[in-house]
Amino acid sequence: MSAMKLTLHIWRQRHANDTGTFETHVVDANEHMSFLEMLDVLNQTLIEQKKEPVAFEHDCREGICGACSMVINGRPHGPLGGTTACQLHMRHFQNGDHIWVEPFRAKAFPVIRDLVVDRGSFDRIIQAGGFVSVNTGAAVDGNTIPIEKDLASQSMDAAACIGCGACVAACPNGSAMLFTAAKASHLGLLPQGEVENARRVQAMVHQHDKEGFGRCSNTYACEAECPKEISVSNIARLNRWYLKSSLTSNV
Amino acid sequence: MRKLGEAKVAELYGNLFEMYEKITGDNPYKTPMMIYPAIHYTMGGLWVDYNLETNIPGLFALGECNFSDHGANRLGASALMQGLADGYFVIPYTVGIFLSNEIRTPKFNPDGPEFKATEKAVDDRLKALMNVKGNESVENFHRRLGRIMWDYCGMARNAEGLNKALGLIRELREEFHKNVFVPGSDRDFNPELEKAYRVADFMEMGELMVMDALDRNESCGGHFREEYTVDNEALRNDEEYAYVAAWEWTDTNTPPTLHKEPLKFENVELKTRSYK
Ligand code: SF4
Ligand code: FES
Repeated sequence: MSAMKLTLHIWRQRHANDTGTFETHVVDANEHMSFLEMLDVLNQTLIEQKKEPVAFEHDCREGICGACSMVINGRPHGPLGGTTACQLHMRHFQNGDHIWVEPFRAKAFPVIRDLVVDRGSFDRIIQAGGFVSVNTGAAVDGNTIPIEKDLASQSMDAAACIGCGACVAACPNGSAMLFTAAKASHLGLLPQGEVENARRVQAMVHQHDKEGFGRCSNTYACEAECPKEISVSNIARLNRWYLKSSLTSNV
Repeated sequence: MRKLGEAKVAELYGNLFEMYEKITGDNPYKTPMMIYPAIHYTMGGLWVDYNLETNIPGLFALGECNFSDHGANRLGASALMQGLADGYFVIPYTVGIFLSNEIRTPKFNPDGPEFKATEKAVDDRLKALMNVKGNESVENFHRRLGRIMWDYCGMARNAEGLNKALGLIRELREEFHKNVFVPGSDRDFNPELEKAYRVADFMEMGELMVMDALDRNESCGGHFREEYTVDNEALRNDEEYAYVAAWEWTDTNTPPTLHKEPLKFENVELKTRSYK
């Protein structure tokens, strides 16, 4: 197991209205640690020195919950494609590296503390329309509504979005269109969700704008940084649906 | 892999293989996976009735945090199963029933005495944790507790070890409340304080798990008592233990009360699961 000495420049900010600043710490790590485990080591050291640890969010630590938002060396979730910060291992860094760690920065994601940002705006987009409100009744037999494999896969791929917010952090406009499009697509592509598609699309896009997320100008930075490799074709689909529902819906 | 080919395996298990590669840095399509048995889940959870309502009226618990669907056995993907079943088929109806009876209840006053008392109780508990100002991190206590549970209340357990664990947990809890160090303040966003609050709960939870394991003198499902075996296989005792143990907690100084909910099976015969 090869030991590594790393210099971290890590963002410290007490609360939303604090200016915040980078703080430098040297950490002993090894190649098998995940990025978060390396931060755990730092925090344990800080606590032992009776200092305040760096606040960061984490839950599953296996790439499925979307909690571990942070910008590592200028990239949301770090240098590895298709990988969340919790799944990024230190073997992708070199002994002696300087690493810069910051929170996701966007108007609609105010900093709560250090690396923790408030992503309540995402919740409110979901609350606006990211659900299926048909009565499920009793369980139906399997395969009563046949769905093409292609369609099911597209919906499933969109459903892989973990709501982490990296797309917003990556976007020069701070737009959350990739997230919104993924959530709208995974429901709207299937027959159960199609019924209320027009209302859903209108409500989610309006909430998106209301939260202060920017407009999408097709830079595709979101797709490049998305840890779940959500395709921008979802945005194109959402735009089509949005246009169509603007012409037909009375919401 | 030899039978199905890499493409088929990737279609079926691609995400797991990818996850493995990320953690170990090894390509599982090429090198054998390194695996060993470990505890993935613990079974049981909050007591709920058939409507998924806990013993606190109006507080519903759905998904794996309740005890209802996997008492002694928790198989792969049952997290999904229980989340979906509870969410789709139970809660949409039962919460409605609860709310329909509440429709005339006036809005609560957050300045009322109940609110104030609860707020104070939580605040006192937080302040007590902040004010210990000891020398050991919450993480250390969590690890020490985990070690006790792993050593004595793991996949195989016996009365001697469980009794030992009871003493160790009680000592650790006492030490925790005398020597834990929680940095920062209780007025800021403070994840260490939250963790301390949880670890304090885990001490009680751990003790309860040990008591329950001691109480059940048989081997059944995920509970393997080394004293109760035949030919190294689990020895059940359905005469005495075909019940769900629902423990009622009062406070740290009062032993929890055991409520037995009998398990009745009309269509299946209870059997030992044999791995031979
Ligand atoms: S689209 Fe990708 S980057 Fe955006 S929230 Fe979903 S998973 Fe995260
Ligand atoms: S902690 Fe859940 S995705 Fe990273």
